[in-house]
Amino acid sequence: MHASHSHLTLAPEGRGVSRLLSRLSQTRPRGVTLAAGVVLTLIISVALFAPWLANHDPLALSPADRLKPMGSEFWLGTDPYGRDLYSRIVYGARVSLTVGLGVAVTSVAIGLPLGLLAGYFRTLDAVLMRIMDGLMAIPGILLAIAIVSLTSASLWTVMIAIMVPEIPQVVRLVRSRVLATREEAFVEAAILMGTSTPRLLWRHLMPSTLAPLIVQGTYICASAILTEAILSFLGAGIGTETPSWGNIMSEGRVYFQLKPSLIFWAGLLLSACILSINLLGDSARDALDPKMKRRMS
Amino acid sequence: MFAYFIRRILASIPVMLVVALFVFLLLRLSPGDPAAIIAGDMASPTQLANIRAALGLDQPLHIQFFVWLGELVRGNFGTSLISQTPVLTMIGQRLEPTGSLAVVAMLFTVIIAIPLGVIAAWCHGRFLDKLVMSASVVGFSVPVFVIGYLLIQLFALELGWLPVQGFRSLSEGIAPFASRIVLPALTLSSIYIALIARMTRASMLEVLDEDYIRTARAKGLPERAVLFRHALRNAAVPILTVIGTGFALMISGVVVTESVFNIPGLGRLIVDAVLARDYPVIQALILLTAGLYVIINLLIDLSYAITDPRIRY
Amino acid sequence: MQPKVVMKSTSITARTLLSATLLGLGALSFSAESQAQTVNAVMHSGVRIIDPILTTAHITRNHGYMVFDTLLGMNEEFQPQPQMADWEISDDGMVYTFTLRDGLTWHDGEAVTAADCVASLERWAKRDSGGLMLMNHVESLEASDERTITLTLSSPFSYVLELLAKPSSVPAFMMPERLASTSPEEAIPEQIGSGPFRFVADEFQPGNRVVYTKFEEYVPRDEPPSWTAGGKVVNVDRVEWITMPDQQTAINALGSGDIDFIEQVPLDLAPLLETNDDLILGTLSEMGSQTMGRMNFLYPPFDDVRIRQAAMLAMNQEDVLAALVGNADYYETCGSFFGCTTPLGSDAGTDTWMATGDLERARELLEEAGYDGTPVVMLQPTDVATVSPQPVVAAQALRQAGFNVEMQPMDWQTLVTRRASQNDPADGGWNMFFTNWIIPEVWNPIVNPMLNAQGREGSFFGWPKDEELEAMRLDFAMAESDEERERIAEVIQVHALEQVIYVPLGDYRSVSSWTNQLDGVLKGPVPVFWNLTKSE
Repeated sequence: MHASHSHLTLAPEGRGVSRLLSRLSQTRPRGVTLAAGVVLTLIISVALFAPWLANHDPLALSPADRLKPMGSEFWLGTDPYGRDLYSRIVYGARVSLTVGLGVAVTSVAIGLPLGLLAGYFRTLDAVLMRIMDGLMAIPGILLAIAIVSLTSASLWTVMIAIMVPEIPQVVRLVRSRVLATREEAFVEAAILMGTSTPRLLWRHLMPSTLAPLIVQGTYICASAILTEAILSFLGAGIGTETPSWGNIMSEGRVYFQLKPSLIFWAGLLLSACILSINLLGDSARDALDPKMKRRMS
Repeated sequence: MFAYFIRRILASIPVMLVVALFVFLLLRLSPGDPAAIIAGDMASPTQLANIRAALGLDQPLHIQFFVWLGELVRGNFGTSLISQTPVLTMIGQRLEPTGSLAVVAMLFTVIIAIPLGVIAAWCHGRFLDKLVMSASVVGFSVPVFVIGYLLIQLFALELGWLPVQGFRSLSEGIAPFASRIVLPALTLSSIYIALIARMTRASMLEVLDEDYIRTARAKGLPERAVLFRHALRNAAVPILTVIGTGFALMISGVVVTESVFNIPGLGRLIVDAVLARDYPVIQALILLTAGLYVIINLLIDLSYAITDPRIRY
Repeated sequence: MQPKVVMKSTSITARTLLSATLLGLGALSFSAESQAQTVNAVMHSGVRIIDPILTTAHITRNHGYMVFDTLLGMNEEFQPQPQMADWEISDDGMVYTFTLRDGLTWHDGEAVTAADCVASLERWAKRDSGGLMLMNHVESLEASDERTITLTLSSPFSYVLELLAKPSSVPAFMMPERLASTSPEEAIPEQIGSGPFRFVADEFQPGNRVVYTKFEEYVPRDEPPSWTAGGKVVNVDRVEWITMPDQQTAINALGSGDIDFIEQVPLDLAPLLETNDDLILGTLSEMGSQTMGRMNFLYPPFDDVRIRQAAMLAMNQEDVLAALVGNADYYETCGSFFGCTTPLGSDAGTDTWMATGDLERARELLEEAGYDGTPVVMLQPTDVATVSPQPVVAAQALRQAGFNVEMQPMDWQTLVTRRASQNDPADGGWNMFFTNWIIPEVWNPIVNPMLNAQGREGSFFGWPKDEELEAMRLDFAMAESDEERERIAEVIQVHALEQVIYVPLGDYRSVSSWTNQLDGVLKGPVPVFWNLTKSE
């Protein structure tokens, strides 16, 4: 197989860093993967142990204490409502990771069956893929802004808004795997032996899609966290009663010149989190798809 | 080949129909009433109903859809519900800032990313390679607006070299235009640079293994000529593809960048339109970007068909 | 500063020229047009709707004062003054005769006639709540001749002049009859007024930029300007309103000389401006604005007056204002419905009922009313800085008092739609939202839209029905002396506070900033661009 062919399949799929990256490769010292793992573990721990790590109620506002500088009482200072920035950032880890994981899992859960069906049933394929093409032609961020501001700005709608543009990519990935796998001898054998269709789909075709899906899932996770932050930044994100790194930065944005710390720390954590997920995704791809690694590094 | 071309164009019609229907339904089934926005604070229910009727929003949904579709086919994108300005005029007014931003960003990308990728491939496995690759992962992990603010902080506020924000048309002179477009274009291109540097490196690595490169080297050609004249040319197609497919990525970047740097372009127009429920403007913009996306993909596929004889259709 | 300004006028020259001529010629025209003065202003919002009668949006009203003129103006003593017209009142107070002054011209060159003004008044009265009320008392409104408008009342109504002169929210702007005959639900097709500035239609970019040029044929009155009354003398050639959604961006642009004026500066950012000697910080409207919370009277829990009272007591003006404004120099707690610096502003009734954060009394009232934990659906706008903090602060106060609050974040336009819904709060309705009015919009019981208590049909979102209050408002409209009005206003205030018709949460002023090149910036309830000069 020549490289151009792999890029050809990539061309119509079209969108997002995640999928593009999944086709690329790099040499990476083991230490980087390890460091990424450590950073991500730390962030996950912060999210899990938020109630113990935070020293204030992230929602408790106190207008008398607004915009305080860093200090012993408020470690990272306070926001424009007088809420403790450090505690909000700690709790914000929960939201960002929930959005990332939630979107990754649900978009795979929805995209996988659709992709299996589209790959197996020719007639369904035509209709389903036209719909997916249509969805994919709409720039994801515009779709997400529209969905959030046209419904309401809760955690759930934000997750759905981020998920909808991701699904077509999962469907495409699964479908292309199914199309390739169903030509293989063991599948033809299974069909000849009269295996029922659901069983065929689940036991014979689905397993081949798992490895690329895991890789794709990590990239979706990273891009979902990023998209949540962008939505909040544009004023179409989760409400202020649910602190997220995105809305913390969005609320601090007006004060950027006077108090850069209001967006600096959340921005740093957000970047570190996405970076480590991306790096781990690269490693997962190398591990699960050794063929590609051999070819490209 | 020609048949393939026609087939692809026909195939894009249902795609655009799906987009049109989806956008229309999303807008109309969601809460938010342009009449309430127009009327302001003191409107009575009767006044609201009258405004809705004047805007044609009291018609059944399917009628509204077909009326809109019929106008679209005739090239009429309608007028803004809020300002009564034709949508195409509004888009025309915003085209120059966004177009300039996109073109300059693309220019930066090509100037910066391709040499980086080539160098990384050339130093494969060595320190420079690792540096470029690490920087590229950082490039698409840091949110666009964070990069924008960092650039403003450094170049506009600390060093005072460039204006903080704004946009000046090229017709007002090169200097005001250039000084205001540099930072936003850099911001917008950051993800792209990361992406294309990686892509260039990967394609180059593959090409560098090929026999004709070894031949070229064996003939004693200078390394620079080997890299840029022979290798890069053959690695170009996949690189072009990524540039094309990154279009959607650019849209998201444009929305954010225009907001950070106060550029009155299409990105801000669409955010404003969504917030004001200005249906015709949202519909037109989404449809146009989707159309552009479909066309770009079509062109990419065709370029493959033309350049790579191994692909059969 | 000098060279910067010169450079700017060249670039404008270049822009106008370029459309017609070649790039290099821009420099040549330098001397010819160097006197052309442009004021670049960043207003509080982008202009999208340009029919000033159609909407109550302040930015559209500000636009209205550029392009259109009013029969009467209002001066800083709150007194109606002649602007386009003088008036006479018959001895019995039932017939008002307005006479148009000399030299009034529409921007299309036609003369202003009484018939134009009658049509304009009629259209205005269909959109403005004060105008609607006035028309209930009007027997006829007609043009007696080219210059004379006669308004005959059918029943006594003493607020005619105040309504025609009021600066907000929908001022009675005059336009040619052909525009004024547009349905009041549709936007006028052209911007032709008789105001001191022309609207440049070709350069209008909705939401981004509006351009006005001096209307050379405008004849200002001789009196000195005071608010919207007096002579509107324009000293600059061109005014551009540019939208900058990011406040910080606007401040940087002011500092670098790209713009000359910012209508509203967030006070937290004022330190960025104070360090620059070339910039002036000032308050244009000393009366400022009132911020308030409104409850929905149709559904539990706020259909019970005791629960409304509990909510009012639980909230704390000081906290709301601190979160909203920040700098205590620019806000005052104020329990009055009419603004504390206006003739009708008083503290009547506020010692018992005011948002002071009295959690104890709030809890007692809740217990007495048997509050069962029905959630309070509170609407929180996420995208407009002047209305997003109030619900956040109020929610915390209500929760501390024992309320169950369900905060629903949304963009302002969704809120505007949502608050019009009379559905159950669980089904697309709501229990509480917050908004702001500028003081001239609330300064008496007639114009204050939130004191209208006609219930589901007639009143402002929240729909209180209170016949006693309505009777008091009618008394006010017929009162004949200022003393009488003040007395009735106090009675209304005591009653409306006890019923918690709405919760006043304090008065605040906003700050504008401009470069020291601008001189003669006028104070008033509306930012205006006449009188000011720009030095080079």
